[in-house]
Amino acid sequence: MKKRVVALLTAAVMALSMAACDSGAAGSTTGGSTGGSTGGSETSAPAASGELIKVGIINNDPNESGYRTANDKDLQNMFTTANGYDAKFAYSLKNDEQIQAAQGFITDEVDYLLLSAADTAGWDGVLKDAQAAGVKVILFDRTIDADPSLYEASIVSDMAKEGQTAVDWLAGQGLSEYNVIHIQGVMGSAAQQGRSGALDAKVAAESNWTIVQQQTAEWNAEKAQQIVQSVIDSNTPFNVIYAENDDMAKGAVAALDSAGISHGVGKDVIVMGFDCNKWALEELLNQNWNYDGQCNPFQASYIDNIIKTLESGGTLDQKTIIMDEKGFDAATITQEDVDNYGI
Amino acid sequence: MEENRVLEMRGIEKSFPGVRALRGVDFSLNKGEIHALMGENGAGKSTLIKVLTGVYTKDSGRISMQGAEDIHINSPQDAQNAGISTVYQEITLCPNLTVAENMYIGRGKGRITKWKKMNEDADKILRSLDIPASASQQLASCSIAVQQMVAIARAVDMDCKVLILDEPTSSLDEQEVEKLFKLMRDLKSKGVGIIFVTHFLDQVYEVCDRITVLRDGGLVGEYAIADLPRVELVAKMLGKEMDDLSDIKGANAAYCGEDANDIVLEAEGLQSDAGIKPFNFHIKKGEVNGFTGLLGSGRSECVRAIFGADRVLQGSVKMHKKEVKIKKPLDAMKNGIAYLPEDRKIDGIIGELSVRDNIILALQVLTGFFKPFSKAKAQAFAEEYIKKLNIKTASADTPIASLSGGNQQKVILARWLLMHPEYLILDEPTRGIDVGTKVDIQKLVLELASQGMSVTFISSETDEMIRTCSRLVVMRDRKIVGELSGEDVNQGRIMETIAGGEAKK
Amino acid sequence: MKIDIKKLLSNQLLIPITALVILCLVNLVNDASFFTIKLAPNNEGYNVFSGPLITILDYGSELAILAIGMTLVTAASGGQDISVGATIAIAGSAMLRVLCGGVSKPEALAAPIIVGFLVACIVGMLCGVFNGLLVSIFRIQPMIATLILFTAGRSIAAWINNNELPIVPDPKFKYFGGFIPGIPIPTTTFIAIACIVVAALLLKFTNLGLYTQAVGINESSSRLNGINPTFIKFLSFVILGLCVAVAALIKVSRLATINYSVIAKDIEMDAILAVALGGNALSGGKFNMWGSILGAYIIQFLTTTLYKFQVDAAALPAYKAVVVIILVVFSSPVVREKLSALSSKKKAAAKGVA
Repeated sequence: MKKRVVALLTAAVMALSMAACDSGAAGSTTGGSTGGSTGGSETSAPAASGELIKVGIINNDPNESGYRTANDKDLQNMFTTANGYDAKFAYSLKNDEQIQAAQGFITDEVDYLLLSAADTAGWDGVLKDAQAAGVKVILFDRTIDADPSLYEASIVSDMAKEGQTAVDWLAGQGLSEYNVIHIQGVMGSAAQQGRSGALDAKVAAESNWTIVQQQTAEWNAEKAQQIVQSVIDSNTPFNVIYAENDDMAKGAVAALDSAGISHGVGKDVIVMGFDCNKWALEELLNQNWNYDGQCNPFQASYIDNIIKTLESGGTLDQKTIIMDEKGFDAATITQEDVDNYGI
Repeated sequence: MEENRVLEMRGIEKSFPGVRALRGVDFSLNKGEIHALMGENGAGKSTLIKVLTGVYTKDSGRISMQGAEDIHINSPQDAQNAGISTVYQEITLCPNLTVAENMYIGRGKGRITKWKKMNEDADKILRSLDIPASASQQLASCSIAVQQMVAIARAVDMDCKVLILDEPTSSLDEQEVEKLFKLMRDLKSKGVGIIFVTHFLDQVYEVCDRITVLRDGGLVGEYAIADLPRVELVAKMLGKEMDDLSDIKGANAAYCGEDANDIVLEAEGLQSDAGIKPFNFHIKKGEVNGFTGLLGSGRSECVRAIFGADRVLQGSVKMHKKEVKIKKPLDAMKNGIAYLPEDRKIDGIIGELSVRDNIILALQVLTGFFKPFSKAKAQAFAEEYIKKLNIKTASADTPIASLSGGNQQKVILARWLLMHPEYLILDEPTRGIDVGTKVDIQKLVLELASQGMSVTFISSETDEMIRTCSRLVVMRDRKIVGELSGEDVNQGRIMETIAGGEAKK
Repeated sequence: MKIDIKKLLSNQLLIPITALVILCLVNLVNDASFFTIKLAPNNEGYNVFSGPLITILDYGSELAILAIGMTLVTAASGGQDISVGATIAIAGSAMLRVLCGGVSKPEALAAPIIVGFLVACIVGMLCGVFNGLLVSIFRIQPMIATLILFTAGRSIAAWINNNELPIVPDPKFKYFGGFIPGIPIPTTTFIAIACIVVAALLLKFTNLGLYTQAVGINESSSRLNGINPTFIKFLSFVILGLCVAVAALIKVSRLATINYSVIAKDIEMDAILAVALGGNALSGGKFNMWGSILGAYIIQFLTTTLYKFQVDAAALPAYKAVVVIILVVFSSPVVREKLSALSSKKKAAAKGVA
């Protein structure tokens, strides 16, 4: 009897905890679905004026990084009732949870499924289901390993290009020797693969490029700090920090500061980051860092355009849409850049 | 080896670091015999049994079974293969399986279980042993005694020649013990040799044929039951001639201070959530009284209600005529009440903590969270009581769990005595401990009473209560049915009252 | 020289000390400069100590502080709190909310640092209260009870600051996770020492240790001896909550900002490992606080060593798993018995020779 009570309680608490998760997530979003709207039940018909387009958006956890926060905000602002959308959001950093959410959206009969996948693999099955159910899929921010016929379009940053731009910039600095601490993001993510790829290729090709330490800090500033600290402790000389996002670059700089190593424009160590957080661009403006590569999080308008085109019966010129992305040099950056591109 | 010998052990030696647990012990068992293995705690009984069942490996010595000289038993599996089965005090079966499943679990020779056949076989065995259970019944739905019998049936069916029963009766009531004895006699007539380990002297004399007595790891002797009167058995176990057990009461004068008639504690209409009827109770200064009744009659529940161990539903408690609120054990302790609980393992000892911490615990709690004793003070307290109660322990730092049952009980007793209570409740303080300690505890109770402490003493062994208590509260079916004092405190009157004869009001 | 091998073997600190010695030896053989400590100016111009040992002391601080609370929770409840990483995020977020006033890049502090810290303490303890209530009153298994905050905690942390990632403008705030000008030793070390001293005083001048162990070993006995097991379990979670708040201060101060999804990630597992490494049973009961604290620094020692060997950071958990396996095997009763049997045999042999 007692056991049963405990089991019941446990179940209740689990339920509560789920509710807590939900409310936590809901607290951080503002544009969640409004329960009353039932528009879009005639899924195949193009949306008449006044009828909302149902979209299910699967994204990574918005507090993963500043990039993601900006990305989520952009989507939240675009897909509102005012703009003719009935949007539902699901967040997870885990592929299996994302797939589950996708299945949920398909069951809910959404018109469009917008997806930023946590992992590139494992999506074939659920996308086939989507196709069978007449749900159109648009990928944003990240590509997946699936047959292109399974989705309408993919709006991505070309991470390899971002990496290439950064490495080209670094090569242009004309150092006699490149001793690089390479701090990687979560291994296997598209950003990590693209940004690591360009550097790895360059190091393999050039004899005066060496990687002093190559470690994943999993986008975590503090881990990056420890990794750089360990290199400093082992007295290995280095002159470049190539961090695959701004947070990790910040952690690395903290380690440099406490060891009395100068960094920035015209100093001992070149600091490179990615994502163009506003605070990171300010570091560039203050000459403390040297380079920041943009990773454009503002995909919502692109997606909106695609949906409008499809709804009006048009076709898309190309399946893969690559967004414009810049790389900023501390020597040339302006306050205007910071205001326009900082996220 | 003699013809009807089924087991012979010669010169068994076993040492543990620092202890020589068995020194050249001999033991033999005949076919169709019930053989008691007796000795105080720490005498080496358990070690001998464990050597025989393969839990320990002997250092030297010979074990022979009928038809197999000098066999080696290195694991419980070896023992089972040799035909030695053990039934322990704690049931080691699976309560959520059926009786038949429990009997056949882990011994399937074929891969496919033939359920029907298994149930039929099991029923046959149960019937032949007259065990009141059916094969398809869930084990948990049987009484403890029947579960124990199922364990025995399982052992018997594995073609055992030697059956070891290690304290099988300690959680059974009288009727159940009778049933178990009947089963033992049946097995005996079928030629099984039974080794019976118990603390209950009565039971030894009821069913056993021979007795082997161990003391301090050595063999004292092997006796036919008829040749060894009780008193001598106890003397052999203790290694000294005992003062007459029946007269310990006389050794201590009753407390006779001026305030001898003061009522220390008085409970009125007290009832707890443990299912006892509201009851009245009182105890005077320097008095030793007791609750008696069959197992489950509510003896423990009464004292637990007084101590606040169970949730009190109603009633009032007065100490020295002043009403006190006792809602939890700490309240009782603050009022000078101490309670030695019935189940030492579950409610008494803090197993991994040292003897010292176990002794000071109650007083420490009473002193307060922010006033811990210094290490020296705690040590002094511990040493004082280790000496006073003659607790056998390597040091005060030894974890209490590694002490023998009797010594653990003394530590718990020390814990409460250290508190210098006004009123001490002892619930089954003598259960599962050796005879020597039993007598020590009874003596101590009387000595404390003569110094003015009020004591309530509960024991399943009525003669202990008769020896120590001057007044007995008799219980039946969770309510008080009578009270005996003075000359009436004798076996006959107690039985009458329990059984429902005319109770003295 | 006479060493009682058996006594040594039965000592609880055997495992952590052996682990420490092995780690030291590995580093000594690999590169003796591991043990050098330099005094050099940092970028603010103050001389500070640096070197791997300082790194270990510095980064091991949060873990050591958490290990204190985790030891008590483990001992009293026989389970572990797996929400400490998430509650660090919550406490840290609350602190930043107070300090930055909900603005992501304030010009000046909205409240004194001490106020921020006190709020973090209260929030941390409230998390402890929540976990403690579930465990002590509702008798939910600790791991399951704390699963709630483990899952929801980081979202709650993000919600507290409206998903902003505030940056504390006052450079003084960085002192707690870095250096105080003029003092060459990392401030985190002082904070850790302060916590350890408080814990030691608490154990010496109260009966917390005795009560906690008694409750963990035998709840029923404890109750009959006047202890309130419910309260003791509850208290252990609240104390852990306080430890969480202090750890959050250090974590947030290191970079003067927070990242809800990655701050103190997986630290709960390290804290639990520290307790186990200290020779404490994860099933509760008897504990040795010093063992846990030592365990925490050993884990950091291991991490720093693995970085030094350029082991892939993604593989770190695998190495820790190996440590856990060795640990579990060595503390199993079977192996302990074998070891002590071996030592007594050796002794007997030695006697025979003599």
